[in-house]
Amino acid sequence: MATDITARIIKQEQVGLGQYRMNLYAPEIASRAVPGQFVYIRCSSSLDPLLRRPLSIHGVNRERGELLLLYQVIGRGTSLLAAKRQGDQLPVMGPLGRGFTLPEPERRVILVGGGIGVAPLVFLGNELVRRKNPVLMLVGARSIHHLPLGREGGNNVPFNVTVATDDGTCGYHGPVTDLLERALAGREVDMVYACGPGGMLRQTAMLLARYGLPGEFSLEERMGCGVGACLSCVCKTTGEGERPFRYRRVCVEGPVFRADQLVWDQEECING
Amino acid sequence: MAKPSLAVDVAGIRMKNPVTTASGTFGFGSEYAPFVDLNRLGAIVVKGTTLNPRPGNPPPRIVETPAGILNSIGLQNPGVEHFIEAALPYLRQFDLPVIVNIAGDTVEEYAALAARLNGVPGVAALEVNISCPNVKKGGLAFGADPGSAAAVVQEVKSATRLPVVVKLSPNVTSIVQVAEAVVKAGADALSMINTLLGMVIDIRRRRPVLANVMGGLSGPAIRPVAVRAVWQVYRALKVPIVGMGGIVTAGDALEFIMAGATAVAVGTANFINPRATLDIIEGIERFLEEEGIKDIRELIGAAHR
Ligand SMILES: Cc1cc2nc3c(=O)[nH]c(=O)nc-3n(C[C@H](O)[C@H](O)[C@H](O)COP(=O)(O)OP(=O)(O)OC[C@H]3O[C@@H](n4cnc5c(N)ncnc54)[C@H](O)[C@@H]3O)c2cc1C
Ligand SMILES: Cc1cc2nc3c(=O)[nH]c(=O)nc-3n(C[C@H](O)[C@H](O)[C@H](O)COP(=O)(O)O)c2cc1C
Ligand code: FES
Repeated sequence: MATDITARIIKQEQVGLGQYRMNLYAPEIASRAVPGQFVYIRCSSSLDPLLRRPLSIHGVNRERGELLLLYQVIGRGTSLLAAKRQGDQLPVMGPLGRGFTLPEPERRVILVGGGIGVAPLVFLGNELVRRKNPVLMLVGARSIHHLPLGREGGNNVPFNVTVATDDGTCGYHGPVTDLLERALAGREVDMVYACGPGGMLRQTAMLLARYGLPGEFSLEERMGCGVGACLSCVCKTTGEGERPFRYRRVCVEGPVFRADQLVWDQEECING
Repeated sequence: MAKPSLAVDVAGIRMKNPVTTASGTFGFGSEYAPFVDLNRLGAIVVKGTTLNPRPGNPPPRIVETPAGILNSIGLQNPGVEHFIEAALPYLRQFDLPVIVNIAGDTVEEYAALAARLNGVPGVAALEVNISCPNVKKGGLAFGADPGSAAAVVQEVKSATRLPVVVKLSPNVTSIVQVAEAVVKAGADALSMINTLLGMVIDIRRRRPVLANVMGGLSGPAIRPVAVRAVWQVYRALKVPIVGMGGIVTAGDALEFIMAGATAVAVGTANFINPRATLDIIEGIERFLEEEGIKDIRELIGAAHR
């Protein structure tokens, strides 16, 4: 069950261009969180900006009661967050949403992260390694300066990381989905988890359908309540019976959805 | 000193305190149960319900504005039958008047909803939404015109024995005129205000942010407009008012009560602070103690005297 607590910032550090990692003391949330869930944070005590901001749980340290976040500065909310210092306190609701379903042991997993989309996938990857699943992470970013896990990427995580950049300044020169396609064609994988921009997810969904593999995506949509009450955060999913589609709430029915549940005609999707 | 009395009565809806939830911001209650003991609320107003399920508008449905939000949910809801079967049994376990917010495209649809909910155990009252800016037909169309607003209310009244609260729109020339018309048609109480019609443009994409183009503005940004509406209607009519619009603190709630509201509803504030309703109830109680007031009812309309 989710709680709303005041969490103290243990540590905050810049890890890339406009990218920050934050450790929060939040034992009530850290003890219950599973990969794919998120927290809803109030970045300011003023009424402007008004809403909280959703951020994925990037990791937990249960012994120390700590919650790890990884975020990109986008606008006012995340700028305010980046200006916070060690010892500052923030209202944090969580853990919220439905996380990833974990595969059978031995199943080979690929994690596909677009930019800051790696945030929830690192938490998932750590869990999968503990469960003895072979894990490879593919990270796509605009340039070498936009790699949220740093230039070496894999040094801080217990699984292999392969990088693709749009401008070729690091790793493969091109979209990260090219790397995924190679892995799929080589039958090197049983299950794919992805988080990132809409275009990347759409392409990933197409590849999964073509190769007949299961996948789960963590989605982003603008939120109001964060707890399923306001119906602000919906995404378009497959329907049943006479209904051709159904809008489902990202905050409680997601943020993780099965790839084959999603309907991709969402022109206005903020991710793409 | 004895604790001050917070209890109020809105057209037969007996509330242990004057604080309820604003429709559409508190779901069907269960969503907020991890944060709020629902037994402590004065009442709950559930998400707008229609005769048949509605898919709602395409996303994005929400955008943040200065001290506010614009929403265009489009009344997504599972329909009245699902509400009665799936949501209402949960709410019945609490000591909590349940006010069902209803909306329709036609007068007949409003009447059918009222008839369906009449006598259903656990329903304390109806709130008739004639002011939703987010659906094409109905909604605001009824609320903007005193004649059609009255027609809806008349039909609803004759289809139910439940107290009927009519929710008014601020998107009108004279809210007092609409209020007079619906009270004459039999409204037992009024609630106000629904959201103000607005829009936001993304200048990079040169397009409205909301997929539905326009949406309803709520939150602290609209509070003075809402307080003014309550003030004007209280002055003109003798009818209980449920005031809402941008209430975040107990002080905000007390403004509405002093303007003439018997009860208040908390909406957008729940999104910022899931405990907002309880904080407001506690704050009102503290205020009464500090001011040495024994009964909240002494403050209703106090700013007029
Ligand atoms: C479930 C979920 C998990 C997320 N996890 C992460 C994460 O781990 N790291 C990270 O960097 N970002 C994450 N995001 C995106 C993050 O919430 C937005 O970047 C952030 O809200 C932007 O706020 P802002 O005030 O800086 O930007 P502004 O553009 O000024 O924000 C204006 C409004 O739009 C909303 N908004 C803007 N972009 C997004 C977006 N992409 N998704 C949802 N709402 C948005 C804001 O919340 C705010 O209400 C996540 C989003 C969701 C829904
Ligand atoms: C997301 C959202 C959904 C809403 N849905 C409804 C609804 O279904 N029926 C209704 O009568 N009002 C609805 N409203 C209006 C609120 O009940 C309330 O009148 C308005 O938001 C002003 O109060 P606030 O500023 O405290 O939020 C909705 C408001 C919001 C923000
Ligand atoms: S944000 Fe309110 S339902 Fe998802």
